[in-house]
Order: sequence, then structure tokens, then C-alpha cells
Amino acid sequence: MTEMHLAQLNVARPRAAMDDLQMAEFKAALEPINGLADAAPGFVWRLRDGFGADATSIRIADGELMVNLSVWESRDALWNFVYCSPHMDYLRRRREWFHRMAEPYQVLWWVPAGHYPAVAEAEDRLAAVRSQGPGPDAFTFRQFYPLEGFTARR
Amino acid sequence: MHEVDAVAVLADPVRRDLYEFVAEAGHEVGRAEAADAVGVARTLAAFHLDKLVDAGLLEVAHRRLTGRSGPGAGRPAKVYRVAAREHLASVPPRDYRGLAMLLVEAVEAAGAEEALTAAARRVPADPGEPVEVLSGRGYRPYRDGDVIRSRNCPFRALSDEFPVLVCAANHALVGALLGGARVRLDPRPGECCVVVEDSKR
Repeated sequence: MTEMHLAQLNVARPRAAMDDLQMAEFKAALEPINGLADAAPGFVWRLRDGFGADATSIRIADGELMVNLSVWESRDALWNFVYCSPHMDYLRRRREWFHRMAEPYQVLWWVPAGHYPAVAEAEDRLAAVRSQGPGPDAFTFRQFYPLEGFTARR
Repeated sequence: MHEVDAVAVLADPVRRDLYEFVAEAGHEVGRAEAADAVGVARTLAAFHLDKLVDAGLLEVAHRRLTGRSGPGAGRPAKVYRVAAREHLASVPPRDYRGLAMLLVEAVEAAGAEEALTAAARRVPADPGEPVEVLSGRGYRPYRDGDVIRSRNCPFRALSDEFPVLVCAANHALVGALLGGARVRLDPRPGECCVVVEDSKR
């Protein structure tokens, strides 16, 4: 049985260009917070652009949205990094740098270990959650589909 | 077991002291450590600790406390920690948690996080010592170098479902309660998200 890992995508609409003064604190946090992710237990991979440090130059949806795409060994590993680390304070402050989004901006899905999804694949998963709601192929933390059986766990 | 029965198990003072010691310890506690801390015989501590496990208030695990392993390393010892499950008893029956879950879901759906944090900021400051204030509200605070961390999330069921919203509200609430203390979010896994930077006012 292939080992499966958990992929995640979250998208966001920035309030200003990355080199704008308004984004300075977000930009300054990228290296330390990404460094925390890289060192976190259960971290597997994250998308980087051509410049190599992070994915902040990448845009989807006609240039409107920034992306954050990564792979983890388990739900707990991802949860602990996202919500139980210094990353949490930047999440709290997200409105300083990103617009509010009414539609779902985060999606999770299972991938075979060693598979690093491309942005297009991730976009498809987000579209699925937006149009059909969470399911075994694309889901959320709140409506999570674990591997053994496909019953949503709250 | 009815929730009132689970909580009533804490009526015995020795049992209460043992539970509090395990809850405040920040690590899994063996029988000897608990007995010595509370000042009772080890057999009595064992009796009460197992009653707490039966009531669902503590969980038990087996660990080798000496760090040795392999043949001849000795039998693993029983250690205790606070049970993950919560027990809520209210007389007459009340379900604030149920309504809170709906309210938090509504706030998130309406994009009204700012209204929630603003309401939290309006909570009056408590003039007491920060550790006492947090302790009285169930955070189980402890000093960690220059900061105060907290072992318990008082809103756990809600933060599991809506972590950013609830932790943002908690951040605002603790800042207001400790009027003027600097507060940031920097949780350790399993602990409360709020870290108080100024431990003296």
C-alpha cells in the first residue's frame, strides 16, 4: 500500500505589491516562518518559485491570487505548524496584508509520498471544494477525509 | 457515567490535589512523584489516581522513567496525564458550548472577526497579578523565562473547529484582561496560543 501524504493549498489576495511598504512585515517574516516549516516535524515539501526562497512571485486567477502549496506527512503535522507555532500570529494579522475572501481559500488532499503537486493540480482541488463542497478528493480541516474509510471526521 | 458523577469524583480533597498536581505538572506524572508532591502514601495515591482514570478525568500510559530500554531495563511505570475529553456539568442543564459553536460559525461566515475581537477588547481589565488572573480563568499559566505561557485552552472545542477566529478573540481577551500587558500568539502544540510578554505590570 503506497504511503500517502497530505497536500495543502491556500490562496490569498494581497492588499499591495510585495515591495510595497505595507507588505514589509509580511515579507520580513517569510524567511523565519518558512524556516520553521522546513524544520517542522512531518514537513515534506513546499512550492518555491524561480528565485528559490518561496512562492511569493507566483500568481493565479489572472494575477489576483498568491499561493502557498506544501506537502506534509499527516494532518497533525500540518495542524501543529499552521496553528501551534509562531505562524499563528501571522495568521491572526493576515488582514493587514491580504483581503478577506468570501469563498473557500484552503484545500487539503491526499497524494502518494514523493508526489509534489503542480499549481494546476492544486487549483483543480480548490475548484472542487468551492463547487461541490468537501469530499474524499478535496477537503478541509473542519470536514476532513482521513485515508482509512472516507467518512468525514469533525 | 453522567457528567455530574465525573466531576463529583473530585470532591475528595486528596483526589482533587492529585488531579491539580497532574494538571499543573506539564509532564506525565508517575505515582511516586504525585504521592510525594501531595504528601500521601504511594498506595493511597495509586488508589485515587486510578479512580480519576476510571472517571475519565485522567489518562494513563506506560513509560520507562529511567530512560533505559531493552531486556533488563525494568517494567515500564504507569504515568498519568489529564484526559483529552472534557466533562461539562451544569445544574440546571445549560449548553453554552453548543450555542458558542453556532455563534463562532456565524461570525466566520459573516466575515465578522473584527467585531468579535473588538468585543473582546472591551472586556474590563482585571487588576490582579497576571498569573492569578489567568489561573482563575482556567488557563493553567506557567512562567517560561520572561513570558507567561498557558497549558490549557479554555475554548478548546471551539478552537479545534475555528482556530484563527477563536485564537484571535482569545488574544484580544487576554490583552484586555491584563490591561496593558503585551500579548502575542505563539503556542506550543497542545497548549493555549497566548503568550504574555510582560509578566510584571
